[in-house]
Amino acid sequence: MPELGRYAFAVLTSYGAALALLSGLIVYSVLRAKRVLRQLREAEARRGPTQ
Amino acid sequence: MKGLLIRDLSLAVRAGGGFGLGLAFFLIVTILMPFGIGPNTSTLTIVAPGILWIGALLACLLSLDRMFALDWEDGSLELLATSPLPLEAVAGVKALAHWLTTGLPLVAAAPVLGIVLNLPPQGFFWLIASLAIGTPALSAIGTFGAALTVGLKRGGLLLSLLVLPLYVPTLLFGAEVARRGVEGSDAATPLVLLAGLTLAASAAMPFAAAAALRVNLR
Amino acid sequence: MPKLRAMSLWEYANPRKFMATSAALLPWVIALSAICLGTGLIWGFFFTPDERLQGASVKIFYIHVPTAMMAINAWAMMLVTSLIWLIRRHHVSALAAKAAAPVGLVFTAIALITGALWGQPTWGTWWEWDPRLTSFLILFLFYLGYIALWEAVENPDSAADLTSVLCLVGSVFAIVSRYALLFWNQGLHQGWSISATDGEAPVADVYWYPAMISIAGFVLLFVALVLFRTRTEIRARRLKALITRERMA
Repeated sequence: MPELGRYAFAVLTSYGAALALLSGLIVYSVLRAKRVLRQLREAEARRGPTQ
Repeated sequence: MKGLLIRDLSLAVRAGGGFGLGLAFFLIVTILMPFGIGPNTSTLTIVAPGILWIGALLACLLSLDRMFALDWEDGSLELLATSPLPLEAVAGVKALAHWLTTGLPLVAAAPVLGIVLNLPPQGFFWLIASLAIGTPALSAIGTFGAALTVGLKRGGLLLSLLVLPLYVPTLLFGAEVARRGVEGSDAATPLVLLAGLTLAASAAMPFAAAAALRVNLR
Repeated sequence: MPKLRAMSLWEYANPRKFMATSAALLPWVIALSAICLGTGLIWGFFFTPDERLQGASVKIFYIHVPTAMMAINAWAMMLVTSLIWLIRRHHVSALAAKAAAPVGLVFTAIALITGALWGQPTWGTWWEWDPRLTSFLILFLFYLGYIALWEAVENPDSAADLTSVLCLVGSVFAIVSRYALLFWNQGLHQGWSISATDGEAPVADVYWYPAMISIAGFVLLFVALVLFRTRTEIRARRLKALITRERMA
């Protein structure tokens, strides 16, 4: 761990906030992708027999 | 074109048309400000130009969502779109009508409110000049926002979210003119820039508004 | 010349082609982005010396500068894809703009937050109404409005058209605001820190290399997120079309 001195709060919160926001975005994107993919599969399965 | 302007104006002036609503809102907002800031006259002098500009901006915003909404509901917007008049001209006339019914009354009311807010005498000319030159830009930009949100339910809130960031340059220059006028420093430069902004917005925004209207009428 | 045509960029405007190519590309972009971000940030955080004047606070540089760059570049990318949609009507293009907006919003937020945290100990203030800071705040509002308009419009094609027009108009106003803000208030923020002026590098090599790697990492992260999210948007569009067809049948 590097010595951050009086900037410890600023540096650590910056990295923390950036990490939190980015992982939030990634998690949200992945969850939405999964949901959409599942619903699409269901819709295609429903449509399948009629074709 | 003239007919459309006269029709819009008379619709606005008729009871329930919203004429005067913006003006009343402007009055109330400015009168409420001293209650929030405190009655200290020297403080009020400093913030007066900004308050009057923000008040004018919000009053303009308030009446924007009515601009196309009525014509959209009764179908006359579609009639206008199929008429020989190009939609760009329709948007321009709408912006002009909006300015005549909201912007112009605000300009006329501003001096009275300037007295209430203890605006120093040398500031009046520049305040009126900045509002007179700047508010047409607000109407022109607002027309675009109104055109974007015309078909939407609950478009009003979205409209303010879309339009307010676009108002930033106008507000900056306008309030700068008024502030420099109060200080007695050179206010002509921002006034010229504000005039340029108004000219550019009035020339270009009707095209953007017409493009948005075409999409919404499709 | 069928071979030449197959290599044309417009081929990727075909959703099927885009799905195939992006599926092949995505793991590589994600891996590269993770490697670059990991290397750049760990190098920057653990293995760079403190700066003479700003001390350890320079470590924020490795996040602040790349995200600020990408916040602007994301909007530029949305502008280009919006134009492509308006001119050539490629659905993938419009959906890529839609997919990029929240990424740009998050990058703008990170740039603002890290900037405030950095400003507090070095300038002595969290926030200053400086032109550069204020333009980022306005950019943030533009992203919000753009995303809100996408959400509000029912018809997907109308939404794509309206947001594209908003993106064009917004770009013009963003640039005008930038100059208006310079007129309004002279800034506290130093000039653009990456480009060298007067032949002298403003950033010493020890900071330069990790910074470059982490910039590359954030660029790749943006590309990965946009590719991934665009794939989702394409699927969502297809899902919507299927559901509409089901209702009509």
